[in-house]
Amino acid sequence: MNEINNKRKFLTTHEWVQMQDDGSAKVGISDFAQDQLGDIVFVELPEIGQQIEAEDEAAIVESVKAASEINSPLSGEVIAINEELEDNPEIINSSPYDDGWFYQLSPSNIEELDSLLDEEEYINSCES
Amino acid sequence: MINFHGWEMPIHYGSQIKEHEIVRNTCGIFDVSHMTILDFSGDQSKSFLRRLLSNDIEKLKENSDGLYSAMLNDKGYVLDDLIVYKMEFGYRLIVNCATRDKDMSWINENLINWDVSMKERPDLSILSVQGPKTDEVLSRIKNDLFITGLNKRPFSGTCMDQTLVTRTGYTGEKGVEIVLSEEEARILWEELLSAGAYPIGLGARDTLRLEAGFNLYGNEMDETISPLECNMDWTVDLDDMNRNFIGKSSYIDKKKQASHSIQKGLIFEEKIIVRPGQNIHFEENGSYQGTVTSGSYSPTLKKPIALARMSMNNNDYCYAQVRGKKIRAKITKPKFLNL
Repeated sequence: MNEINNKRKFLTTHEWVQMQDDGSAKVGISDFAQDQLGDIVFVELPEIGQQIEAEDEAAIVESVKAASEINSPLSGEVIAINEELEDNPEIINSSPYDDGWFYQLSPSNIEELDSLLDEEEYINSCES
Repeated sequence: MINFHGWEMPIHYGSQIKEHEIVRNTCGIFDVSHMTILDFSGDQSKSFLRRLLSNDIEKLKENSDGLYSAMLNDKGYVLDDLIVYKMEFGYRLIVNCATRDKDMSWINENLINWDVSMKERPDLSILSVQGPKTDEVLSRIKNDLFITGLNKRPFSGTCMDQTLVTRTGYTGEKGVEIVLSEEEARILWEELLSAGAYPIGLGARDTLRLEAGFNLYGNEMDETISPLECNMDWTVDLDDMNRNFIGKSSYIDKKKQASHSIQKGLIFEEKIIVRPGQNIHFEENGSYQGTVTSGSYSPTLKKPIALARMSMNNNDYCYAQVRGKKIRAKITKPKFLNL
């Protein structure tokens, strides 16, 4: 796996995806998103085995403020979900890029990565 | 920070839920200087306010005593909710910030031909100190007035010069609200922080009041809602038959009707927050029976809760549909904690 592919990539709608060494991809939401949402109290995760299309709704987060759809940055099959979030959704606030990951998928079209934003582009999109 | 009707105010100072828990467990402070203070003086102040307000200020015996009341329009609907205090100079109303302009023009219209003058007090600030450890925090400040205020019964208080301290609040916890000059408020804020109080934002203010079952103007009631429909019937005082307050006859007409909406509490088992505007049904696919007026997450119960205005009923459960999912709510009294 080359270095570039290991970097987190983003959707303008604030989801991130990061390729893992085994070729799977982890998905979560950005630090900017968790900060905007405020305290997250509930999460609805996808089912293991579920097929998801890129940019389709894959999960829902509810903060005290609002409910938000989480769109999948990549297409593929869900192979793991972060069950820890069911009881401790506040992990998303405290560790959005590490312990607060949502689900892991086996990507069906790795080229979709090319259309995502890199971190700098994403941060610029948040500021604009 | 958000712009709240012209006031720059924090939703939270870090975490809304932590702030909520601080007020339930220790002591939090709120800067609620956005609330509008209106002072009434003149010989006819008492008679005027007995006409303006649905609750009867005849109940206010001592200076600094407060009374929660609605201000109704001619149709008997709620123009605003407020607290009225008896003061040495007359009376003080503390009304909502969002309704300031509307309230002041309504009062001015009704003031014509009365020997009463109304004065807004933008020079005064309001700090609210709330939580079970309020007495510890206030005793560290060594200001006798605050302790005297805290030891009064709810809705009573004490006053010295510009400073009014009352046993009131919007959280359901023991605490005081302190009205004082802006300059003194800045100093007191810092003193309270040093004494162990935590600053609390608007977000926790909303979940605290919701758990305590307190109404929020614009959510639970507005100019189309009768006090009967928003659990404010107890604030309408009909004891003095000779007292003719604004909206009285319309209110009584509505009260005589066999059926009107009522306000209830809802507790949800599913991990889905049901937000304001959501429709309520009594059967799973039943007809429209009501609307959620406030809905959020209860940090104390760790469940979604809501206030809803609905048809009269004795049901134990009702239903809502959120994001295509049918969810059931237990119908409770509109108060979620044993405060």
